[in-house]
Amino acid sequence: MIKSELIAKLANENPHLTQKDVERVVSVIFDRMTDALVKGGRVELRGFGAFSVRARPARAGRNPRTGESVAVRAKAVPFFKSGKELRERLNLGGDA
Amino acid sequence: MKGETLTRADLAEAVHDEVGLTRQDCAGLVERTLDLVVEALEQGEIVKLSGFGVFQVRAKNARMGRNPKTGEPAAIDPRRVISFRASQVMKARVDGAAEA
Repeated sequence: MIKSELIAKLANENPHLTQKDVERVVSVIFDRMTDALVKGGRVELRGFGAFSVRARPARAGRNPRTGESVAVRAKAVPFFKSGKELRERLNLGGDA
Repeated sequence: MKGETLTRADLAEAVHDEVGLTRQDCAGLVERTLDLVVEALEQGEIVKLSGFGVFQVRAKNARMGRNPKTGEPAAIDPRRVISFRASQVMKARVDGAAEA
């Protein structure tokens, strides 16, 4: 499912809203999540999961082509941990 | 810089402010947006949100693990887990880097 398909489904379920409004709704939701992380915050959505920022220390990497050693600086990377309910929903039936 | 924690209520409020729909509509739309993502993942679909990232379900094989508390070996059942890969746009913004 891509963003436009998500928007189409949501618009279908909400015939009282314009397509344009639904597009803006979806943009605002995901943009705000990104903004929170950029500010160094977290996003906590019970049942869905939590987004946070993790620090990766600087390390010595290698240029895979030449094998030369290169310094890789410390980085901040986005991280997602799925929520308990989502993990459970994915594993219904099958095993357990 | 320690930021704050964004929740569903904050998202609903942001949608209300920016799109101007009723608070009740906005709360419902935030909920359904997340639900639709979960429903697609349950079906085993990949969810691609351009500019944000990609959610994907991965199957993990059964393996032997250990109870970290007691050190006893314990069987881990095969299971499905979510992997999220942030888009290049999000990675660059979060890292605050000039590159990319």
